[in-house]
Amino acid sequence: MTKHKKKPQASVAFYNNPENRALIYQVIVLLAIFLFTYFVLNNMFVNIEKRGINTGFDFLHNEAGFGILQTLIHYDESDTHGKVFIIGLLNTLLVSFISIFFATVIGLLIGIGRLSKNFMVAKLSMVYIETFRNIPILLQILFWYNVVLASLPTPKQSLSYFDTIFFNNRGLYIPRPILESGFIAVFIAFILGIVAVIFLRKWSKKRHEETGEEFPIVWTSIAILIIAPTLVFFISGSPATLDYPALKGFNFKGGWSLIPELLALTFALSIYTATYIAEAVRAGIEAVPKGQKEAANALGLKDYIILKKVVLPQALRVIIPPVINQYLNLTKNSSLATAIGYPELVTVFAGTSLNQVGQSIEIILMTMAVYLTISIFISLIMNYFNSRTKIKER
Amino acid sequence: MAIYSKKESRPAPVNTKGFTYWVRENLFSSLSSTILTILSFALILYVVPPLLNYLIFDATWSGTKEQITGHGARWIYIYEKFNQFIYGFYPEDQYYRPNLIVGIFILYIVLFRKIRNIKFRIFIIVSFPLISLLLLHGGLGLEIIPTQKWGGLLLTIVVASVGILASFPIGIVFALGRQSNMPIIRTISVMYIEFIRGVPLITLLFMSSVILPLFFPEGMDFDKLLRALIGITLFQSAYIAEVIRGGLQAIPKGQYEAADSIGLSYWQTMGLIILPQALKISIPNIVGAFISLFKDTTLVLIIGLFDMLAMVTLTATDANWLGFETEGYVFVTLIYWIICFSMSKYAKSIENRFNTNHR
Repeated sequence: MTKHKKKPQASVAFYNNPENRALIYQVIVLLAIFLFTYFVLNNMFVNIEKRGINTGFDFLHNEAGFGILQTLIHYDESDTHGKVFIIGLLNTLLVSFISIFFATVIGLLIGIGRLSKNFMVAKLSMVYIETFRNIPILLQILFWYNVVLASLPTPKQSLSYFDTIFFNNRGLYIPRPILESGFIAVFIAFILGIVAVIFLRKWSKKRHEETGEEFPIVWTSIAILIIAPTLVFFISGSPATLDYPALKGFNFKGGWSLIPELLALTFALSIYTATYIAEAVRAGIEAVPKGQKEAANALGLKDYIILKKVVLPQALRVIIPPVINQYLNLTKNSSLATAIGYPELVTVFAGTSLNQVGQSIEIILMTMAVYLTISIFISLIMNYFNSRTKIKER
Repeated sequence: MAIYSKKESRPAPVNTKGFTYWVRENLFSSLSSTILTILSFALILYVVPPLLNYLIFDATWSGTKEQITGHGARWIYIYEKFNQFIYGFYPEDQYYRPNLIVGIFILYIVLFRKIRNIKFRIFIIVSFPLISLLLLHGGLGLEIIPTQKWGGLLLTIVVASVGILASFPIGIVFALGRQSNMPIIRTISVMYIEFIRGVPLITLLFMSSVILPLFFPEGMDFDKLLRALIGITLFQSAYIAEVIRGGLQAIPKGQYEAADSIGLSYWQTMGLIILPQALKISIPNIVGAFISLFKDTTLVLIIGLFDMLAMVTLTATDANWLGFETEGYVFVTLIYWIICFSMSKYAKSIENRFNTNHR
């Protein structure tokens, strides 16, 4: 604060001194919060006792006794509520990862399309964004589930592609690879490929700094990562087979099946989130000053070099933070699965388990804690990214 | 000495202007551009005609259910259920009450723009929610309509407007708290904002509908709608706080220093100098937050309230109208889309009006 040299402190009343006043305010706020918490907790214990609600986390060891539509790890009705929690969490992560992947791909394409010199592409991208961003996500989920997927043919009349992929109102069926023991060699080849790529990158960077020559690092890396495991795969005698889905009786057997609930959720989440990612991509590219592109052009650089070496490095700094935020939003939105019954955390744990056990406080708090952990984790990543990409002023 | 004679400038070459030039430049400038143009037209041909056929040309617009022909949309279902989509189960002979609120709202908006008297403006802002509550719920001689009967678009608008109005003052308090010099107040504000923003809205709605009643003494009964409103307000106030914080951070330091130098107190500085400017900067983002809230109101269907979206599922279980949910979804989609799209255009126009940054 400002320094008063002459002013005698005594003339200011105790409660008018800014420091004292701040202290008084804070003590009052703290007291109010403590009193409110005491009031709430007290009522809570009284209510819990009156209604005979159990407390504590013992219920996590009790048998759940209900089936779950789709699980990533083995589960049956005799498993505990603790396992239900894990199953729900895994399904939340599964649908989030798949949707994040598709949302990113669609969002990138639409965002770049929005800036295209081609009139049609730019307008169509705009229509896509304006359409899907302005419709509530829950409405989109219900529409995909209750209208589009429900109107697909029955398993007997499935839409089939090359007799290996089948699509019907029970879901999507794709071949499942069965790995044999020799497959470990392919896996090792892949790891060795990654190591090779890391060394290659270091070498090409060094060479670039010394001689200024460019080495096609991206294409070489992709080639190494694909060719090495493929070669080993055939040399070791193709140690994997595909398990094709086939119609047996009334339904498909074999292969991987993706239930309609998962499909509807993935469609809705990725189409909706892609609109926001597209806008972030556009804003990022537009944030690069025009002069940068013009200067690069004046130096005679090729278009893709300008994009790779001038525009993208500066645009990514602006693009990535909002995109990561959208990943978090998508993960939180996956909780809407409870409206169509896809068995993720909120559906099975804060839904079915809560109805059976009745311990709403513990269960809702655990559910919230999961999302909080995810969001803290994501903000840590963001801070790390921001500190690394901060423009270094010299 | 040469004599100057004016020479008419020649017209621009044909290949640098006009329709042909535009088409060549914007649609067929290169091979890849040509391919993209053709693909785009193919996509439009694939999507638009069937859509128009379904929505308009093959649709059944009038008549009774027995007269339905063709594969198009059966809009007679929307006529039949229109009142439920808009008013829910509000008694039909009382529809004039919500309609009256809309009328008063429009009247107030007009008056608000005309009359600049500050006391009159405050009167309008305070009286409108009270009048609306009285008209919607009843009392003072009006028949009481319990909140269970509110539904449809009416409920959607009630939830969205209460959500924004109630969260606004709370949001301002938390935004100021987060910017405060007092460590305890700042910590509490940060914890509140980060906690609410870190969890999905649906878990907050569950919390307020399942846990909240446990927190209060028995007999203190919370209406289902009120519980949802509390959840929505908790949620929205954290987002509003962050929006306003953005506005506060955009205010130059000199404004604070100027206020200090003429001896204004903290509340005078905030109320007269900082907040008016910060709120003005934040208006586009506040509209943005309101759009998200408006879309998020659909989540109340998960805790058993019958908003406009829930009406689709409900009316489609009517034995006479089984299997009509497609039309319901399309209708509700159109309403949400029109409202959200016009609001976002409005936010854009404000942003452009305030944008003094010439580029």
